[in-house]
Amino acid sequence: MIWYIVRRILQTIPVFIGATLLIYAMVFAVPGDPLLALFGDKTPSPGLLAQLRDYYNLDEPFYVQYFTYLGNVFQGDLGTTFSGQSVNEILVRTFPNTLRLALLAIVIQLVFGVSFGLIAGLRKGSIFDHASLLISLVLISLPVFVLAFIAQFVLGIELGLFRPTVGRGAPWADLVLPAIVLAALNFAYVLRLTRSSVLETRNQDFVRMAWGKGLPTRRVIPVHILRNSLIPVTTNLAADFGILIVGATVTEGIFNVPGVGRELFHAINRHDNPEVVSIVTVLVIIYVLVNLGIDLLYGLLDPRIRYVK
Amino acid sequence: MSSKTPVRHVPHFVAKVDEGGLGAIDAVRVRERKSNLWLDAWRDLRGRWMFWISAAIILLVVVVALFPGLFTHEPPNDGCLLANSNGGPEPGHPLGYTKQGCDVFSRIMHGTSTSLSVGLIVSLIVVVFGVVLGAFAGFFGGWIDSLLMRFGDIVFAIPYILAAVVIMSMFVHDRNILVISAAIGLFSWPATARILRSEVLRVKQSDYVMASTALGLSKVRTMFTHVLPNSIAPVIVVTTVGLAAAISAEATLSFLGVGLPNNIYMSWGNDISAAQSDLRTNPTTLIYPSIALSLTVLAFIMMGETVRDALDPRARATR
Repeated sequence: MIWYIVRRILQTIPVFIGATLLIYAMVFAVPGDPLLALFGDKTPSPGLLAQLRDYYNLDEPFYVQYFTYLGNVFQGDLGTTFSGQSVNEILVRTFPNTLRLALLAIVIQLVFGVSFGLIAGLRKGSIFDHASLLISLVLISLPVFVLAFIAQFVLGIELGLFRPTVGRGAPWADLVLPAIVLAALNFAYVLRLTRSSVLETRNQDFVRMAWGKGLPTRRVIPVHILRNSLIPVTTNLAADFGILIVGATVTEGIFNVPGVGRELFHAINRHDNPEVVSIVTVLVIIYVLVNLGIDLLYGLLDPRIRYVK
Repeated sequence: MSSKTPVRHVPHFVAKVDEGGLGAIDAVRVRERKSNLWLDAWRDLRGRWMFWISAAIILLVVVVALFPGLFTHEPPNDGCLLANSNGGPEPGHPLGYTKQGCDVFSRIMHGTSTSLSVGLIVSLIVVVFGVVLGAFAGFFGGWIDSLLMRFGDIVFAIPYILAAVVIMSMFVHDRNILVISAAIGLFSWPATARILRSEVLRVKQSDYVMASTALGLSKVRTMFTHVLPNSIAPVIVVTTVGLAAAISAEATLSFLGVGLPNNIYMSWGNDISAAQSDLRTNPTTLIYPSIALSLTVLAFIMMGETVRDALDPRARATR
């Protein structure tokens, strides 16, 4: 196990460096002085410009800037936006809300996705099976912002079941509606994955053995079928998380959740490119780390993984 | 003693020519229907209602994208009267008006080509990158494989919509269909490359590939004539679903405010985004383009899934 962890961490390092470098290089490749954009129509004095260039290290060559940034990241300093805010401060303010929203969404998608998928898989060909496949197909094809507007309009405004936007301090109750929207797409994927995995597992020899030796249904289904069907669902959590990051940007913007996603949403609308880039970089870093965590979890759950090269 | 033994007549049976082994080989039934992966898949597809529904929607979308003028005579952008702002349906204007007083139906019809061309160009980019890199990595193996796949891992680590947001933020002044397609496509090929690579690794083991090597075909020729045609099927499936994802991504980028400029391009995403502020008073201007968008995406996803099921003999057998 220890070697698996070490190998997996070592594999993450080039991905981590490569991904941040790629974003950095993309931004760097664009012609034009980013600082001039700060002043709009006015022409800044050369002294001020020189001071700012010095402050943001813009006179250094590309690789020096990049490695300075990377060094700071490893020391826990994620940089400063051109509007003078520290990225750390933005994250401290917004990240807890995003985390709560994401947790709620993950719980919803797993609870409903796994239970619906299990029932659909056990009753293949039934009306429930067909209906859940159809619903998942519709959910997959609805872009998240369309779904968010529909939910906001129908459940929030017309029926009044939820508050259409999140209030001050983002209480848990207000987060339920955005979390449902955020969970919807992954719910569809989890459902389908669980269903096909249950279909495969329920014909395995050990399941027939369990039925054959007379175990009750309440033991065969959760312990023998469900537990072994959950492995692919766990692996897919990483892909789910990527969808979650993008989805959070849209849903937080629409439902006014004071999280990282809304910060990015507003930065895009303000054309604050440096802030867009720094938030995207942070999100990519989180994504890479979460991927690593899920892989380690996977190794813990499925011993076969640890020994495969 | 032995002379008394009667001679046993063992009848020597000589098979007629058409009954022997050689005859059996020769007896290829000429009228037997040809069978290969694609023909089998087609026979399977013919009988599925999901295939015909999605094919019909896709055909309709393509026709609308090519000739929007066949369906509406209203100008989508010019001659909008503010007096009609957020107006309801009228004769000749079945879906009402936008906030700017433009005809909603006409804007949807004219926006189709934007979505479809972005979807197609993204798919082209993804197929070119995915197939070339995936095939090289799988076929040549070794350090080429490691290098290409590690590069794929890096690109894969950046969710493609986030990458597209960064790219589009950099191109403020010259956003067009090519730029937005590149922004989406350049970061979504790794999945295709991985799938093709694993297919190529599987096909590479086959006897016919070894035979073509034994016959002295060059590696490149073997790859193009034997390996690629036999490993391309899953790529077609992911590409169809990916086309749907690209259309959805274009709309999402427009919604986020980094899509195509809405004064030049008609785009469903832009229209949905613009209708957002009137959600409470006039939800239909938001709902109609959303329906067009979702139906198109649904059609391509359904097409991808039915084709996937049809191409997979195991799925065919257990269905």
